[in-house]
Amino acid sequence: MIRRAFVFFALALVFRWPTPVSAESAGQSGGELRFCLRGEPKTFNPLLVEEDASETVRYLTGGVLIRLNRQTQALEPGLAVSWKVSDEGRKISFRLRSGLHFSDGTPFTSEDVAYTVKALMDPQLHSPTGDSFRSGDGQVVVHTPSADAVIVIFPAPVAGLERLFDQVAILSAHSPKKEMAVLGPFYVADYAPGSYVLLHRNANYWKKDKEGKPLPYLDSIRLDIQRNRDIELLRFRRGEIHLISSLDADSFDRLQKESPAAAHDAGPGLDSEFIWFNQVLSAPLSDNKKTWFRSAEFRKAVSMAINRADLSRIVFGGHARPAFGPVSPANHFWFNSALSVPQYDSAGALRLLARAGFRFDGSTLRDSSGNRVEFTVITNSGNKSREQMVAMIQQDLSQIGIKVNLVTLDFPSLIERITRTYDYEACLLGLVNTDLDPNSQMNVWLSSAENHQWNPKQSKPATEWEAELDRLMRAQSSATTDKKRKADWDRVQQIVADQRPFIYLVNKDAMSAISPAVVGSAPSVLDPHAFWNAEVLRLGPDPALGAQE
Amino acid sequence: MKSLQKVAAAILCAIFVLMLLATFLLPAPYARQFRDVPNAAPSSAHLLGTDALGRDSLSRLLYGTRVSLLLAPAAALLSTLIAAVLGSVAGILGGWFERIALAATDLSLALPWLFLLLVVRAMLPLDVPPFVSVGIAFLMMGLLGWQASVRVICAAARGVRDSDFLLLARSSGCKPARLLWRHVAPNLRPLFYTQFLISIPIFILTEANLSILGLGVMEPMPSWGNLMRGFEDFSMLLANPWRLVPLALLVIVVMCFQLVLPSQEVTQ
Repeated sequence: MIRRAFVFFALALVFRWPTPVSAESAGQSGGELRFCLRGEPKTFNPLLVEEDASETVRYLTGGVLIRLNRQTQALEPGLAVSWKVSDEGRKISFRLRSGLHFSDGTPFTSEDVAYTVKALMDPQLHSPTGDSFRSGDGQVVVHTPSADAVIVIFPAPVAGLERLFDQVAILSAHSPKKEMAVLGPFYVADYAPGSYVLLHRNANYWKKDKEGKPLPYLDSIRLDIQRNRDIELLRFRRGEIHLISSLDADSFDRLQKESPAAAHDAGPGLDSEFIWFNQVLSAPLSDNKKTWFRSAEFRKAVSMAINRADLSRIVFGGHARPAFGPVSPANHFWFNSALSVPQYDSAGALRLLARAGFRFDGSTLRDSSGNRVEFTVITNSGNKSREQMVAMIQQDLSQIGIKVNLVTLDFPSLIERITRTYDYEACLLGLVNTDLDPNSQMNVWLSSAENHQWNPKQSKPATEWEAELDRLMRAQSSATTDKKRKADWDRVQQIVADQRPFIYLVNKDAMSAISPAVVGSAPSVLDPHAFWNAEVLRLGPDPALGAQE
Repeated sequence: MKSLQKVAAAILCAIFVLMLLATFLLPAPYARQFRDVPNAAPSSAHLLGTDALGRDSLSRLLYGTRVSLLLAPAAALLSTLIAAVLGSVAGILGGWFERIALAATDLSLALPWLFLLLVVRAMLPLDVPPFVSVGIAFLMMGLLGWQASVRVICAAARGVRDSDFLLLARSSGCKPARLLWRHVAPNLRPLFYTQFLISIPIFILTEANLSILGLGVMEPMPSWGNLMRGFEDFSMLLANPWRLVPLALLVIVVMCFQLVLPSQEVTQ
């Protein structure tokens, strides 16, 4: 035993055992990237992340087993070298990278993965990330056959299981720093509430570039907390920050005029804007309006009479595309390319309405009982683009004799009406979509779901097509192959296109501002648009914008 | 009447005539969107250019002038009347009534009116016609905008309370109502005018803010307030200075109001 220990010591001296370095002591002159968080991060625990600011910190600091490449939309190995899903989506086996260390020097082993998964599924923790993994009653079992192998077994199949691990930052089971010990490219070095979060380069980060140089290149990232978007833009123009990950069309156009090289439009993103009619049976609406809103012909006619190309061109300055349905064409795999392009056809809309018993006298549309067709659209106040969209829809629908009124409400009042009192006729809102997988939309399409906005929380499906949506959504969520899931999800998209419970209007472009001083940027349509590849970003000299200190 | 006053009166008359005849003078319906020319510069087809949706800016300005110039002064008149009655009575009577009136005013100033307005909006039905919605918005402004004026008027009335002419009127048996109407009000009239004039632009701008809360003038109806909402984009204003016309009109109207009134009435 003593001899074996001696040999071990001698070998250590000869081969200079690769000891983990303290991240704090490492240095590389990559500069400091600066940008803004649009709110205070509410937590640094990656399992409890709910809002954008914490998500940004998690993305930059968290090490994940599998990473979704934001540009190719393909899964890539992270802390896991390989993985295999089996047992019809109940079981996933990971082979881990060996010899890795957390930012504080604690070794990374399969125990950390087991610890993280158990914490993730702990009902006491209420992890929003963990909710995606809850597929059925029962315990999640984690086996760690060796230091570099982990097997996770779920009580029921989890659709798109491997993709979900992109959101799971691995915690250390043994580090005294708890969740502040990380495996991502950066770690939180300082935090001044209300002011900034400072991230330093993690010298123990596992990834290297093609030439074998350790990543990330940057020394640090300073995230200034700034809620005001105008001030954020002003700071970017002054060169005080290097990027803005998400820009609206107005700010983009302004910036493009001043410095075209800094304005980036990655094309249509996942976010969509849509309008829907209240189809809740118990809603305090007149019977004739309920009849209109529950008529598929009426909804389709309204959809056909809206000029989406004009909405994209005028309201969003060309930085949006007419929307097909619940999935943006930016979602390469899950988009149903067989859907027909939404056409603007007011004459066709009138023919459809005539078949449904409506009468158009040249200026006014009336239903079969002689009631004038008129409804009020609510949207959230202060959102200029939504108000403009409704104003344009007012003119479009006036062509087929429908009078549209607009009422803007503060957000809490609007939510109260669409979720509790159902005292509204139609609503225009947007959906921010950060996940590619259809499972993320279960809470929209199931008839029992709260976000099934046109008629939420149904005890049983009110219509046949909603029953079909329920069946397809459940089928895709338990299907074992992506091919089967895609077929089911394509059918869902087709039914939505046929029934128009949501009348999709546009998919907004993913626009960002990146200083020419930032080298290696490749804006993506997926979040985080501008810094998804933060590990390979570096700062170069640029006299105009974002010059290094 | 001085020449400057004549000019101001002529300008006001011209604006009021334009406002009243707006329906016949509009180059295009104020809501019509010329979608091929959004954000257009002034041209022969659109003398003041078009807005972001391609609507004729001159038409919107003329119609918006009608909305704002009819309703903002009405709201200012209502709030000034409330302030004049309450402030004058409190100032003249003094004592416990004055203390209670001023305490109520302070309390009213301290209330978060924004939330009250949100509650009012939440209680209103959604299918209120645009004209009624506008009327309600200005009525609420009139009913809620009197507090600051009350303090000013009360302070001035307190100064009048101990004056010789009031003492003389009292000693000659003048009743309180007559005292207020015949002696106090005429002396405070310049102050009433000033408060009225100050309130007009304030209410016009308040209406713009209320629009953001869904309480003011709703799309597609224009008003000076919502025409000026676009001013938040300063770089756009620099590039398109003609967009400042609604602001220029507001300044001209307020200045003309001040010039038309006899100078001693306003600056006593």
